[in-house]
Amino acid sequence: MTSLLEIRDLAIDIKTATGWRPLVHSLSLSLNRSGALGLVGESGSGKSVSTRAVMRLAPEHSRVNGTVVYDGEDVNTMNRGRLREYRSRQVAMIHQDPRSHINPLRTVGDFLTEGVRHLPRGERRELAVSALADVGIPDGRRRMDQYPHQLSGGLLQRVMIAAAVMTGPKLLLADEPTTALDVTTQSEVMAVLGEAREQHELALLFITHDLELAAAVTDRLAVMYAGTIMEEGPTAAVSRAPQHPYTIGLLASQPNVRGARRERLTPIPGRPTAAHESGPGCPFAGRCLFAEDHCRTERPAPRLLGESLVRCHRAEDPEIRQAAARIQEES
Amino acid sequence: MTAIIQARKLTKRYESADLLAVDELSFDVHQGECLAVVGESGSGKSTAARMIAGLEAPTSGEVLVEGEARPPVPWPRARRRRLARQIQMVYQDPITSLDPLQTVQDTLGEILAFHDAEADRTARVNELLDRVGLGERYRARRPSDLSGGERQRVAIARALAVNPKILILDEAVSALDVSVQAQVLNLLADLRAELGLTYLFISHDLGVVRQVADRCLVMLGGRAVETADTEDLLSKPEHPYTKRLLEAVPGPGWRPARRQAAVA
Amino acid sequence: MSLISVTGVRHVRGAASSLRRDPVVAAASGVLAVLVLLALLAPVIAPYPPGRIDLYAIDQLPSSAHLFGTDSLGRDIFSRTLYGARLSLLGPALVTLAASALGGATALVAAWYGGRLEQALLRALDILMAFPGLLYAVLAVVAFGTGLLAPAIALSIAYAPYIARVVHAVAASERRLPYIESLQLLGFPPSRTIGVHLLRNLRTTIVAQTTINFGYALLDLAALSFIGLGVQPPTAEWGLMVGDSSSALLNGSPQESIAAGGAIVLTVVAVNLLGERLAARAGRSSRS
Repeated sequence: MTSLLEIRDLAIDIKTATGWRPLVHSLSLSLNRSGALGLVGESGSGKSVSTRAVMRLAPEHSRVNGTVVYDGEDVNTMNRGRLREYRSRQVAMIHQDPRSHINPLRTVGDFLTEGVRHLPRGERRELAVSALADVGIPDGRRRMDQYPHQLSGGLLQRVMIAAAVMTGPKLLLADEPTTALDVTTQSEVMAVLGEAREQHELALLFITHDLELAAAVTDRLAVMYAGTIMEEGPTAAVSRAPQHPYTIGLLASQPNVRGARRERLTPIPGRPTAAHESGPGCPFAGRCLFAEDHCRTERPAPRLLGESLVRCHRAEDPEIRQAAARIQEES
Repeated sequence: MTAIIQARKLTKRYESADLLAVDELSFDVHQGECLAVVGESGSGKSTAARMIAGLEAPTSGEVLVEGEARPPVPWPRARRRRLARQIQMVYQDPITSLDPLQTVQDTLGEILAFHDAEADRTARVNELLDRVGLGERYRARRPSDLSGGERQRVAIARALAVNPKILILDEAVSALDVSVQAQVLNLLADLRAELGLTYLFISHDLGVVRQVADRCLVMLGGRAVETADTEDLLSKPEHPYTKRLLEAVPGPGWRPARRQAAVA
Repeated sequence: MSLISVTGVRHVRGAASSLRRDPVVAAASGVLAVLVLLALLAPVIAPYPPGRIDLYAIDQLPSSAHLFGTDSLGRDIFSRTLYGARLSLLGPALVTLAASALGGATALVAAWYGGRLEQALLRALDILMAFPGLLYAVLAVVAFGTGLLAPAIALSIAYAPYIARVVHAVAASERRLPYIESLQLLGFPPSRTIGVHLLRNLRTTIVAQTTINFGYALLDLAALSFIGLGVQPPTAEWGLMVGDSSSALLNGSPQESIAAGGAIVLTVVAVNLLGERLAARAGRSSRS
């Protein structure tokens, strides 16, 4: 299988009054055709800004280094016409807050048919109605004439998914698409997203803070902290046999609903830090329960351990393995 | 066990929106326990909490705290301090929870001065900050110098400043990153044990609820659909809605499932 | 008018320091500071008493003896402009301060108590706003006579709704924020919650709106003097000077119109620039 999306050594810095400040640090990822990759991290980890770089959307006053290769083509060297085609036909994006990405003064129908204006009018409408049916909105004809404010958040997110797949993209970027939704609605929207992926053979880059949610819908997981990928590998390996202390810490912080109740959570000390707050060593060293002196001075390189790439000097340490094993027992 | 809070047929109707937010809700909270009120958006759980606190007047029904009717604000001058010592509240949003212009010292000192003029204020502020896991060095900080988790800790310290018997925690950990959320959940568990507090814990997150609550009340459309001990509720939910809620929580082996057709 | 939220207020200290770096704000504040200083020091700086008549030197163009020239009674226009600054600045200052106190208090009470009281107060403000401030001032003059006091009081009432509308909108959302609500649960009396916490967090909005009102008040008071219903001759006041100079202007002596009119324009432009920047700051921080 060849990869559809290949990000190599992506670095994003932003200009501030005091100079360049890193947001993302040498990020490399690849996503297979119709594969699903979860990018998991807490606030400020740089997961969203990295995803936008896939669309060649950089934040204001920033510089972006590294390459983003889509289907063998470097996104950063695309000319304007090709970039427009790439953004509108190859890649689609859905967001946490659909309401701010849809014109409130235009109907759902207008929004849906926007990307297929080259088709005759009747055909456009038919296509949109069937796209709505595919995402579990059976009364598409009525919905087409409604305005965004008349739809609930969950319904609107379904409309966004319908619109995303209508243009026949190969890659879907989903940035916390269910974070604003209730848990039962989240389950339904994620199910719809999964069906759409299957039906259209879409690759998915799924950005979320929820490791368990990502684990349920992806085949590979990358865990980000302070602009750096700490651990990346097959979903089962990363979520059930984590090797990086940060991944372990995230899982240990999470109260579980099923299985045995944790008597007491084992939180990661301190608060999430941003890329620019990291010292010369491991970005996570300041909060890591297993950090040693060299962790604070020497930045670890990603190492292949088992099937995962792990950015930790001490990953094979029995102490860390034990902590991971404890979590597995509990879940 | 004695009921420290008794909600009796609490009802809130918003005439302007023609909305029945809470519909004849009755429940007891026992002295020293943590009762979680669980529900999704629009279930009426926050409105119920606000009526218990006294921030909103019920359309009908009443709230008894320690056997006495608790009136909604504004309170008569003579009863303000006593009513404040019954119930305090911690809110969801760490950003709007604190006065942006006040230092931590001012925030806490102002309350102490108002409630207990004789107290050694400096010592009490330090003690409160210690309690919530922040040191003396936080005294001069303003909210803008604090992280989300630190702000929530200050908000908890503010609530504790009047030595209340009951804390209402309205989605108090929902806006926090998971690693920080775990810290605050542990803190809340410790405080309840140390100070013998009673919690009314409002949340949409069943995992979080399991971590802190002895009992759970599940709300849907302004009504309580199921009340049970937390472990029982999670292991053998009875109401179909509780089952649906539980099934929707991601975890090992979980797959998203959709019902036949979308509603609403 | 966009609403300020506590997220915005949170940045006030940062905003204040970036305001100081803003060149427009620096220039406008500088101009206003100089104007106030000149008004205060008029007796020291002015080469002639403002009322000294010199019939041998009427309608003179600017010269070394008379920096801005003289008016139709031979009075030194430079001295009169300096002295005129006192009343011309004091009048609007009184009007805006009184309007802000009145409007701000009404807005806070309406936002805090809500319900019918809020509706009644808002409707009353709407009615007040339906007529121009100048009309109230003219009516006050008719009832109580010319001078500064009657029109100033009338304008204070007329301007109160403008500030009240803005402050009410911001206060109504601010009072529902947890940090204000928690004060109620802590047992603090409303007077303290409103008078200290709420007021303090709305100060950016109030200052901005007060500043904007100042420019309008200055123009209204000047206009009143211009049509002879405000301060009476021979007092030195900019609006009056513009009015007095109309015949001189027709006779080809524009110096008094230019000096007094220029002073008005300079002040109003500086005040409005400052007010707009402050308001933008208060509004922008709400979106950040």
